[in-house]
Amino acid sequence: MIKIRGLHKWFGDLHVLNNIDMDVKEREVVVVIGASGSGKSTLLRCINFLEYAQKGQIFIDGVEANAKTRQLHKIRADVGMVFQHFNLFPHRTVMGNVIEGLTQVKKIPYKEALQQGEDLLKKVGLSDKADVYPAMISGGQKQRVAIARALAMKPKIMLFDEPTSALDPELVGEVLQVMKNLALEGMTMMVVSHEMGFAREVGDRMIYMDEGCIVEEGIPEELYKNPQHERTKTFLRQIL
Amino acid sequence: MLDLPWDFTAIPRFFPGFYAAALLTIQITFFGILVGLVLGLVTGLMRLSTNKLINTPAKAYIWVIRGTPLLLQLMIIYYGLIDLVSVDRMPAAIIGLGVHNGAYIAEIFRGAIQSVERGQREAAMSLGMTQAQAMRRIILPQAFKRSVPPLGNQFIIALKDSSLASAIAVRELLLRARQMGSSTLMMLEMLMIVGIYYLMMTTVLTLLVGRLEKRLQVSDYRE
Repeated sequence: MIKIRGLHKWFGDLHVLNNIDMDVKEREVVVVIGASGSGKSTLLRCINFLEYAQKGQIFIDGVEANAKTRQLHKIRADVGMVFQHFNLFPHRTVMGNVIEGLTQVKKIPYKEALQQGEDLLKKVGLSDKADVYPAMISGGQKQRVAIARALAMKPKIMLFDEPTSALDPELVGEVLQVMKNLALEGMTMMVVSHEMGFAREVGDRMIYMDEGCIVEEGIPEELYKNPQHERTKTFLRQIL
Repeated sequence: MLDLPWDFTAIPRFFPGFYAAALLTIQITFFGILVGLVLGLVTGLMRLSTNKLINTPAKAYIWVIRGTPLLLQLMIIYYGLIDLVSVDRMPAAIIGLGVHNGAYIAEIFRGAIQSVERGQREAAMSLGMTQAQAMRRIILPQAFKRSVPPLGNQFIIALKDSSLASAIAVRELLLRARQMGSSTLMMLEMLMIVGIYYLMMTTVLTLLVGRLEKRLQVSDYRE
């Protein structure tokens, strides 16, 4: 589904991504962990072309794309993104947020979009919040709306950038539950998160990044219990 | 009893005689603001472009207009350009006020657009929207809302600045007051009438902007 080869990204002198090679297969759930500044978020943002890598190749569903690709927005529509801070549109209702992509990008008629929107809100358990504005709901609910908004585009892959780290602890569970359901449905997912329970339960593979490199990867349970590299060991000790 | 040299009973008596002038003031202001809003939006967006060919003219326009007096700009349009094109005084006043306000409004819009969090644009783009769609559907609606308070301020300034059109012989409130003052020899009384007119108009404008602000807050309300 995603193939990355020799990816490099610099912010000024800072080498944030250093020769990244990785693949995400269809229906695979890949969890990325690493300290802040390790490049994990940047990697996700490069896959969605919110940042442009200076070197290397990214293939999405077999098609290579980069900063110069024309109609890059069409490729972005196939890659769903969930942000740490939700980034809901405050001037649109919950339903308005969910159907924005349907009516504007997919050009689906309003009524039909509403129907799809209702199904999506049901899926994330927020049917009763369709007509309220984002300011009126909790962080956990906001993130579920954000997931529904991304799902509306029927993406080929969903990227989650620390989806629960801005949430109060008691709200984390509801968001993880929605993500687990998605994984069980067979959605291809790449998740930047330190939620070990989630990683062990639904993650097919876990990647540890440090200083812009992929240091180690493996089945979550194994990487977690039996890290090979010293840096991975240190990091896991710190977060647990 | 203090014997003042003024006859304040003239104020109510002459008050209705300023209706036509007040109407002109309102017209100059209204159309001036309209021109200013259009110029301001275009210039504000151009100013934000990363393309030098697009943002340089916008920067130059703002630099020149903000750096020179409105009175001078009005005179240049009305007296100065007369060799090239003859502009009537009303259009000259409207163009002058519009071009002047456009520069300030451009900066208001630019600030408001830049104040919308980067994540909004990113969320829109991640849904597959084009830059233009993201701007029109997501960023501008939020930016407009944020620009209402400073715009209200600018509109009040524009209303008062319309009095400078008196210098190019538009018979708006101030010029009317000076003419009436000369002919009746009651200068202060006439100027006070005009003061009351301006105060009434700025009060109404303030109330209108306040109501608009309230209405736009709907999405911010919490239960």
